[in-house]
Amino acid sequence: MKQNRLVNVLFLAPSVFAFVMIIIVPFLFGLFYSMTDWNGVSSEVRFVGFNNFRSLFTAPDFLYSFLITVGYTIINIVLVNVVSFILSLIVTSKIRMRNFYRAGFFVPYLIGGIVLGYIWQFILNSIVVQLGVVTAVEVLQTSFLSRPNTVIWAMSAVNTWQYAGYIMLIYVASIQSIPSSLMEAASVDGANYVSRVFHILIPMMANAFTISLFLTLTTSFKQFDMNLTLTNGGPATRFLEAPVKASQLLAMNIFNTATANRMAEAQAKAVVLFIALVFVSLIQVSVNKKKEVEM
Amino acid sequence: MTAKTRRPSASRINPSLVILELGTILLFILFMFPFGMVMLNSAKTSREIIFNPIALPADWGQFFTNVSLIFNNPTVDYFGAFLDSAIITVASLVIIVVFSSMAAWVLVRNAKIWSAVLFMAFVAAMVIPFQVLMYPLVRWMRVVGDFAHIRMLGTYHGIIFAYLGFGSPLSIFVFHGFIKNIPLELEEAATIDGCSRQAIFFRIIFPLLKPIIVTVLILNGIWIWNDYLLPLLVLGSNGIVQTLPIAVTAFAGAYLKQWDLILTSALIAIIPIILLYLFAQRYIIKGMVEGSIK
Repeated sequence: MKQNRLVNVLFLAPSVFAFVMIIIVPFLFGLFYSMTDWNGVSSEVRFVGFNNFRSLFTAPDFLYSFLITVGYTIINIVLVNVVSFILSLIVTSKIRMRNFYRAGFFVPYLIGGIVLGYIWQFILNSIVVQLGVVTAVEVLQTSFLSRPNTVIWAMSAVNTWQYAGYIMLIYVASIQSIPSSLMEAASVDGANYVSRVFHILIPMMANAFTISLFLTLTTSFKQFDMNLTLTNGGPATRFLEAPVKASQLLAMNIFNTATANRMAEAQAKAVVLFIALVFVSLIQVSVNKKKEVEM
Repeated sequence: MTAKTRRPSASRINPSLVILELGTILLFILFMFPFGMVMLNSAKTSREIIFNPIALPADWGQFFTNVSLIFNNPTVDYFGAFLDSAIITVASLVIIVVFSSMAAWVLVRNAKIWSAVLFMAFVAAMVIPFQVLMYPLVRWMRVVGDFAHIRMLGTYHGIIFAYLGFGSPLSIFVFHGFIKNIPLELEEAATIDGCSRQAIFFRIIFPLLKPIIVTVLILNGIWIWNDYLLPLLVLGSNGIVQTLPIAVTAFAGAYLKQWDLILTSALIAIIPIILLYLFAQRYIIKGMVEGSIK
């Protein structure tokens, strides 16, 4: 018995030690720092209560980043899930080379946000503009990234390109777990393809939709890498009579605040992001619980 | 149904399937278009790209000139960054797999309150966004390093230890789900035969984990290889140890808008992952699906 206990402790020790040192301690410090005047330079840190939070909600740049992140997330949820659902229908159909397509659509997911951002910056700023010149289509001649009202959409399109293949895999797994006899029976009964998809496939895939929805939601909310190299927050625009960066999402706002040595303020913003994510996760857990009951 | 056994003759072609096939080909080309454009322009000079980014390159040999320009670049040690990325990714993956599976096994096989609480702590921590942790972490690592006289910032062991911390919650969660379904009888039989606890894990359980290890490797591997913020904060943007994403940004920062070099460096960063994917495609797809559904 004694030896068992020793093995238990030794087996748990490395993971628990790393977990405490890398996540738990910094997390507690993080909560504390959000209520101080930490600036990253001075070693003296004073407690200031909720002052950092109070000033956040009157700061136009933060409000703008928060709103634009919510908007970006909503666009992504719709775009990524619609595109990946269509892709999953395609690669589970009877077309030739469907496995090849499935493998191909997943490739963008393998590329990190940093590299991907540069590639798309080039595509959107140079290739698309050039195509606009060649085809004399005026809308394309100004880059979508340089217009405040299109930049978020361009980012969503890039995000969709990256994530659609991944979410597609989740839908494909779900479709393949549905007995094909169900779809065939409905087909014999004279239901056309579209009504079969809407009345049989989609209701049977409820679980996959929940997973994908929350995956796209949390990844969009935390988006940083691609944001940094695709737009770096630009172009400039105005919000509540203050100059703001049109595509500066929440994570980048935190990063830029900290880079300007306003560490405590950045930390407070990060805590707001954390609370928003906890809120989302609680909804997800309750939705999943409800579904388990129904089953 | 008969398409597999019989060659589709002209009269038997299903028109909706043909439309679907054509549509899919177009969609696929659209998806691959960015890659095509990167390859096309990696083989051009900066002037050629500015002049016409969609034209074919005048001389494909320019690609090798660009590659050698990148590898012989004085400001960014691209090859070194590549090696460092490989070392950090592989070492992190090895320790994450070994330590997480050990921890998960102990948590599963001890149905006590402490194990349930610990497991819940790991799961709950997955909600914490990196942004809350990153700045306190750097400060904390500096303090710990000064205190214990082990430099954590800017070192291999520092970042690998950080990846163990960030990787364990998800990995323990995934292993936990798998080990739960391994029958206990296997271990009981071995105990009767006089097998020690640690031997039971390493000789019996660990080999059974092979399929789920692949999942854990892939989930963590894609993330660590492409990660930017943690290496930036722990290693610094111009430290001795570098990773590929940092090198790419350093490169793009130093050669502003020189797309010939930026795109070639992006392509060099992509190629190893694509090659790996070509060989291990089946496992990667399976691993991704299992990791996300759990």
